[in-house]
Amino acid sequence: MSETLLQETDARAGAAIAEGPDWLEAVRRAAAERFAQTGFPGSRDEEWRFTPIGPIAQGVWRAAPTASAGVTREQLAPFTFGHPEWNTLVFVNGLYSEALSTASALPAGVVVSSLAEALRSDGALLERHLTRHAPAEGSPFTAVNTASFREGGVVHVPANVDLDQPVHLLFVSTAAAGGSVTHPRNLIVVERGARASVIESYVTLAPGQSYWSNPVTEVSAGAGSWLEHTRIQRESEAAYHVGLTHVDQQRDSHYRSFSMAMGAALARHNLHVRLNDENVETLMYGLYLTRGEQVADNHTAIFHDHPNCRSWEVYKGVLDDRSRAVFNGKVFVTPEAQKTDAKQTNRNLLLSDSAKVNTKPQLEIFADDVKCTHGATVGRLDSAALFYARSRGVPAAAAERLLTYAFAAEVIDEVALPPVREELDRLVLERLETGV
Amino acid sequence: MLNIKDLRASAGGVEILKGINLAVRPGEVHAIMGPNGSGKSTLAQVLAGHPAYEVTGGSVTYLEQDLLDMEPEERAQAGVFLAFQYPVEIPGVSNAYFLRAAYNEIRKARGMEEVDSMDFIDLLEEKLKLVEWESEIMSRAVNAGFSGGEKKRNEILQLAVLEPKLAILDETDSGLDIDALRIVAAGVNKLRSQDRSFIVVTHYQRLLNYIVPDHVHVLSSGRIVRSGGKELALELEARGYEWVEAAEAMA
Amino acid sequence: MSSSVESLVNKEYKYGFVTDIESDMAPKGLSEDIVRFISARKHEPEWLLDWRLKAYRGWVKMTEPHEWPNIRYQPVDYQNLRYYSAPKTGKPFGSLDEVDPKLLETYEKLGIPLSEQKILAGVAVDAIFDSVSVGTTYKAKLAEQGIIFCSFGEAVQEHPELVRKYLGSVVPASDNFFAALNAAVFSDGSFVYIPKGVRCPMELSTYFRINTAETGQFERTLIVAEAGAHVSYLEGCTAPKRDENQLHAAVVELVALEGATIKYSTVQNWYAGDEKGRGGIYNFVTKRGKCAGANSKISWTQVETGSAITWKYPSVILQGDNSVGEFYSVAVVNGHQQADTGTKMIHLGKNTRSTIVSKGISAGQGQNSYRGLVKVLPKAAGARNYTQCDSMLIGNRCGAHTFPYIDVQNSSSSVEHEASTAKIGEDQIFYLKQRGLNTENAISMIVNGFCKEVFKELPMEFAVEAQKLLGISLEGSVG
Repeated sequence: MSETLLQETDARAGAAIAEGPDWLEAVRRAAAERFAQTGFPGSRDEEWRFTPIGPIAQGVWRAAPTASAGVTREQLAPFTFGHPEWNTLVFVNGLYSEALSTASALPAGVVVSSLAEALRSDGALLERHLTRHAPAEGSPFTAVNTASFREGGVVHVPANVDLDQPVHLLFVSTAAAGGSVTHPRNLIVVERGARASVIESYVTLAPGQSYWSNPVTEVSAGAGSWLEHTRIQRESEAAYHVGLTHVDQQRDSHYRSFSMAMGAALARHNLHVRLNDENVETLMYGLYLTRGEQVADNHTAIFHDHPNCRSWEVYKGVLDDRSRAVFNGKVFVTPEAQKTDAKQTNRNLLLSDSAKVNTKPQLEIFADDVKCTHGATVGRLDSAALFYARSRGVPAAAAERLLTYAFAAEVIDEVALPPVREELDRLVLERLETGV
Repeated sequence: MLNIKDLRASAGGVEILKGINLAVRPGEVHAIMGPNGSGKSTLAQVLAGHPAYEVTGGSVTYLEQDLLDMEPEERAQAGVFLAFQYPVEIPGVSNAYFLRAAYNEIRKARGMEEVDSMDFIDLLEEKLKLVEWESEIMSRAVNAGFSGGEKKRNEILQLAVLEPKLAILDETDSGLDIDALRIVAAGVNKLRSQDRSFIVVTHYQRLLNYIVPDHVHVLSSGRIVRSGGKELALELEARGYEWVEAAEAMA
Repeated sequence: MSSSVESLVNKEYKYGFVTDIESDMAPKGLSEDIVRFISARKHEPEWLLDWRLKAYRGWVKMTEPHEWPNIRYQPVDYQNLRYYSAPKTGKPFGSLDEVDPKLLETYEKLGIPLSEQKILAGVAVDAIFDSVSVGTTYKAKLAEQGIIFCSFGEAVQEHPELVRKYLGSVVPASDNFFAALNAAVFSDGSFVYIPKGVRCPMELSTYFRINTAETGQFERTLIVAEAGAHVSYLEGCTAPKRDENQLHAAVVELVALEGATIKYSTVQNWYAGDEKGRGGIYNFVTKRGKCAGANSKISWTQVETGSAITWKYPSVILQGDNSVGEFYSVAVVNGHQQADTGTKMIHLGKNTRSTIVSKGISAGQGQNSYRGLVKVLPKAAGARNYTQCDSMLIGNRCGAHTFPYIDVQNSSSSVEHEASTAKIGEDQIFYLKQRGLNTENAISMIVNGFCKEVFKELPMEFAVEAQKLLGISLEGSVG
């Protein structure tokens, strides 16, 4: 398999961004070499112990088709939160489609463009950030992405600019994507004192297709910046999705993430946040809904390297049928990071007797004056609450839906953008009505 | 009993007390009033020896001893008691065990025999009545999960058990509803005696309706800017702190 | 403040002396011949020698685990160790009156008097010195109720059918590297059998002492509680101060049949090494209990203050319906100590319940890891687990690590894990000082409060010992 991938990398060298700058080509070559050495992680690798990546490692994946023919704006309407006017970069099977994208007026200096375009027009910015936050050494999947990416979204908000409208990076797969792999690479840079909201969506127009998405997103949050980052993964339920988001935060910055996973046969998302200075605030919310044989795997890591920072994490899951969820949350607190206040919670609701959960909330603390807690629960709906609802006349099935929705709504409520929050609410309710 | 002369203290390099002078005789109740940030609580903490404050000048004599030269526990053993504005929680340590340990430390320091747990229970039962409390509170961990009012009441219970010579109440009234205030004040009044003095630090005159002071001092920007009898508190209530601050600015 | 806290935890190791006694020793190194040597010294039956040899052959193919535990050390040179050392004097299984006075003196110095006149009331003791049992108190009195409490070696001779039935039934010889090593070379240990319906009238206790240099201690303890039986067992350990590391690789197996209860308490105070991190015991122990019958209960309580490295996970297999597993732990690391300890609760039966309370205190440059697994298998309907895992750090050079693994495969179960870190706050200390306590007592009181939920699980005598070990006084019974 790794050979196939590397061939694909070579093929790419002559394709979309052959004019890539030298520094990037060097990074890509190193990443390709690294992957050639490591290959895919094995089952003894602690980081991947519970993640069945066999179908990816053993699969033969072709490069995604280059034509985005046939996709219309109408088809994309359900994915735009009722706001088609928002700045939206649309990628069909991994390739940027200018025709389907929406460019609204932006404050001066703001960049919202495809990666290929940004490499041409904002080379200096990309050289500073691209591949610098999420190095290829971090994981074999990141190495593959680094060696192979063609496209992705770039958002750059200059210092002290308030981006009052969200930016949406929308990755769409079509029936033509079957058997192919894409490696989207996104970069979000919010400079000092700037404020922005970015949504990253992975959706499908061909629900039965099997393909592999391997995105990497790098985020740089400057001093005093505010960034809401919402990630919605609704891939085909036969697809494989292995994504990584790496965030670097500077002093006084506020980063809030919401990560929703509903799609894919196997969905893995790593969210790593490094707190590079004092007085940083990080909020991480997650929700996963699984059914059938789906596996949803969330790995989060937060690195408290400096004093007086706060991190708050809540990941919740609702599991039905024979699906499985994996949660692994790490909180590292270095000796310098005094007065750290970190809280991490993972809660799982099992709706079926055959659903399974592996959760491992993990603390590694080297400073003494800190407040760190974590908690994990696995269980089913509270029978007392169910009975209470039924005794007030709510039928059992409706009571279950109501309580399950309430369980999920607790994290959805943390999404700051009302249209996104409402859409997530609707998605959850819709899922509950058709059976989770 | 207590003689404070030109006391200066700072925290983190910022001077908060800028020359306090105050004399307290046995049996007297002194109220220290003042706006937020005037240094009231700092004065209370400095008298108890809190390590966060650095004394930069002046002297404090307590019963012929140099108070500033003593460790916090030595001050406690010598009869100085601070009722904290924010009492600290100590998970896993029962109230009863904690109080008996403190009681015995103070007795030891005074050359008295330690009491065993049975005798101590009898003593406690009697003191609990003073704050209108049931004995089940004693098996709970010190202040852990206590409401604000319970914490303050616990401070007065400790005051009753440890029988200090000088009790400093640091904003004991803050966060109390009227019933809790009445219980706390009644407890304090029952503990007033010829040889026990009180320094009552408060922002509001309300507490002084219940604990009637002999002297009232107004603190502003780290200095006592006005002293008088209990009527001064009423005057302050009527005219507000701006009045003394304005008077100070003119002086 | 933190310097005073550190000095508090830095108490002098009182048990670091060496007993000068002539020993019968195996030559250094490990081979099939050594396994045969040990088996022959102990006059073992053929089946046991075969069991050992099989374990040895398995062990040779295994590697010392270094990747997953959060501990760092040079691999042990297994050929440079001695696997058998026994005091020359004294007959095996003789009366305590015949024991060498030097040995009796040793145990007296350790606070464990063995001679008839002085034995502890209410506690029966099996004293293990290096590779053999020195003697067991109250043996006859316990036998009146059909309780067997003796050294493992004696049990092999006197009750081979029981040993053969249960040996390796909970911790198979192939279980892990150290368990396999132990199965090959174990020398002695304690054996306990409580007959059906009998409530053991006193605490049973084993005191482990390593004395000889360059010797490992590989004891094996087996406790079987028949239906409705009840026993509380205590274990204590010390060793002399030496510059080299010594290996202690024990195996403990507990079997609780229907309605039986086994309570197993450990106060582990092996030599921890000096302030530079030289010497100390490597405490690599496999402890596991099986709640084989319905409504049975196994409860582990441990206070781990010693050893250079501790690697142990006292676990419970909850096989019987409605069975209960408990794990209460205080682990203290200071100086250069490392601990990777925790538990596994494997829920197999219906309505099985487990409780885990772990308190880790890290000081100096110590590294303390909690590692736990709660596994609920598909048939364990209605299983419940509650885990609480608290860490306290004293100073800025130590670390606390929490690695809980939760694996749930049954939807009617409920698993809850909570973890937190606590510190000894400046404000807490000032508050206690303002009430008349000095710094040392104030810290004792806070640490004691932190560990309270575990100490209250220990039998009274051990609770006192444990709190002394932490340099703190027992919390009174008032209120």
